[in-house]
Amino acid sequence: MRYAIEVDHVTRVFGGKGDKVHAKALDDISLQVDEGELFGLLGPNGAGKTTLIKILATLLLPSEGSVRVLGHDVVKEYNKIRARINMVSGGEISGYGLLTVRENLWMFSQFYGIPPKVARQRMDDLLERFGLLDKADAKVRTISTGQKQKMNVIRGFVTDPDLIYLDEPTLGLDVNASLAIRSFLRKWVKDTPGKTMLLTTHYMVEADELCDRVAIIDQGRILACDSPSNLKRMLKRATTFDIETTAFPGLDSMPSMDGLQGYNSKSVGDRALTRFVVNDEAVISEIISHISSKGGRIIALGKSEATLEDVFIHLVGRGLE
Amino acid sequence: MRDALRRDLRTIRWSAWLGWQMESNWTNPLLFLVYSIVKPVFGTFILVFMFVIILGDVATDPVLFSYMYVGNAFYMFVAQVMFGVAYVVQEDRERFKTLKQVYIAPISFFLYVVGRALSKMAVTALAVVITLVFGVMALDVAVDLGQTAWLMFGIGLFIGLACICTIGVALAGVTFLTARHSSGINEGIAGLFYLFCGVVYPITVLPQWAQNIGLAIPITYWLELMRRSLVPSMDFSEMSGLGEYSDLSILLFLTLSSMAFLILSIGIFKYADHLARKKGKLDMNSTY
Repeated sequence: MRYAIEVDHVTRVFGGKGDKVHAKALDDISLQVDEGELFGLLGPNGAGKTTLIKILATLLLPSEGSVRVLGHDVVKEYNKIRARINMVSGGEISGYGLLTVRENLWMFSQFYGIPPKVARQRMDDLLERFGLLDKADAKVRTISTGQKQKMNVIRGFVTDPDLIYLDEPTLGLDVNASLAIRSFLRKWVKDTPGKTMLLTTHYMVEADELCDRVAIIDQGRILACDSPSNLKRMLKRATTFDIETTAFPGLDSMPSMDGLQGYNSKSVGDRALTRFVVNDEAVISEIISHISSKGGRIIALGKSEATLEDVFIHLVGRGLE
Repeated sequence: MRDALRRDLRTIRWSAWLGWQMESNWTNPLLFLVYSIVKPVFGTFILVFMFVIILGDVATDPVLFSYMYVGNAFYMFVAQVMFGVAYVVQEDRERFKTLKQVYIAPISFFLYVVGRALSKMAVTALAVVITLVFGVMALDVAVDLGQTAWLMFGIGLFIGLACICTIGVALAGVTFLTARHSSGINEGIAGLFYLFCGVVYPITVLPQWAQNIGLAIPITYWLELMRRSLVPSMDFSEMSGLGEYSDLSILLFLTLSSMAFLILSIGIFKYADHLARKKGKLDMNSTY
């Protein structure tokens, strides 16, 4: 099996010795992605996902270590890599507003040397699949954020890359736009065996649903890397409890307790939903006592199936968001 | 080899097309035409008024007036193309957020910027022609197309524009590394050329050290050649400081100095490009 991506002990530091900002975005990470794999990088904002994608996309040099993409070194042989890759970034909506959707896509297809007939056919197919055909001749400045992001996903795929990087492709999109993109990604992987996709996300469901393997990354380090089902099996000795309470002070600062591996709280109005990962169910009574002592009232308590978020909590001790 | 050439021509073609869409497509064609005529003509009035205030009438010194007028008209290429080309990087990076996508495409980014420059040249050429036509018709600027040495003019124009374009690309490279100050740097460089290259006054009025700087910059020779080609009836030799050199010599100086600037520009661009990848500057956001 050939690797589409080989990352070997890569460190990336921003800022030099004299600079105000000095941060280690990637800290001695190594990973391999097989050709034909849909690989996910899962981690919170600032974990180093985008930094790694930038290195893989030849936009950034590693400070230490070596990276090979499709068999080529990203530092010395970037020209050989670029013809075979593409990248879609979510969150920042790009495109030339004065051009139409079709013109934007056409220009990029021509930069990649796609024969005009093939480019036109692919553009029409993709525009139709994303429900954008009726907006094809609209200027980009006039379409919605979700439509712009769909256009960008099409831009990434219109060049038929061997390897595509999707950096938070559904970030900030509404449910329908996110579903359309996820559905397309799933179909693309199924229909084009041999093509590789690297997806970064901090949406657990997205990673769980789409990826063959997932690397969990936090503070520039890879904490675990396996298939979603194997990662969840890591928690076979752990149990997950969801507790709904009224909001109370100190929700985010539970004291350490024997048997409590980690937790993640979310406030919803005047209530709080907290997910606890425990390896000894006896600790639940201690947790309930703590909540009561702080003035919180238990509204509901339930045991649930492990998710990738639980794996993250188990590994890091806190939630993703 | 043939594939690489085809790819490079394709890059220039489509980036020039993109540039033209950006330059011309922001309003309706009629308004674009009116803007294209009014802007250079009114810009010219500044120069004419300055001349009139100092010397009373443009007819007082027709040689100096033609010297200034033609120099000023062609300097539009320097200001618009050089400044505009460098701005391409900032605009793609921070306004349209497309720099990353263009940068990782299998094209030469250097040539992408050159293509964008071509569209700016086309728009500026229209302004230069309008300015010259206005000068001939309204202000008696002695452009004489019947006596123009067209071959010399064509070669000189091409080399000069190529030189301006490559300096612009070098500044585009610098823009990779700079935030909002990039426009200041570009305006500063354009201002230095205005100061040292005999645009609206002869370089002979400058101190010797400044004249030496002017003589090292191809724009000086380019403007001289443009004046000699388009206004053959007037003798600028006394005032320009380049009177001792023949047209061919000026063309040779232009060629040699342009080659030096081309090599320097490619070096600056490549180094800035490498530094931008090393320092992670390709997607910084500083303005918008």
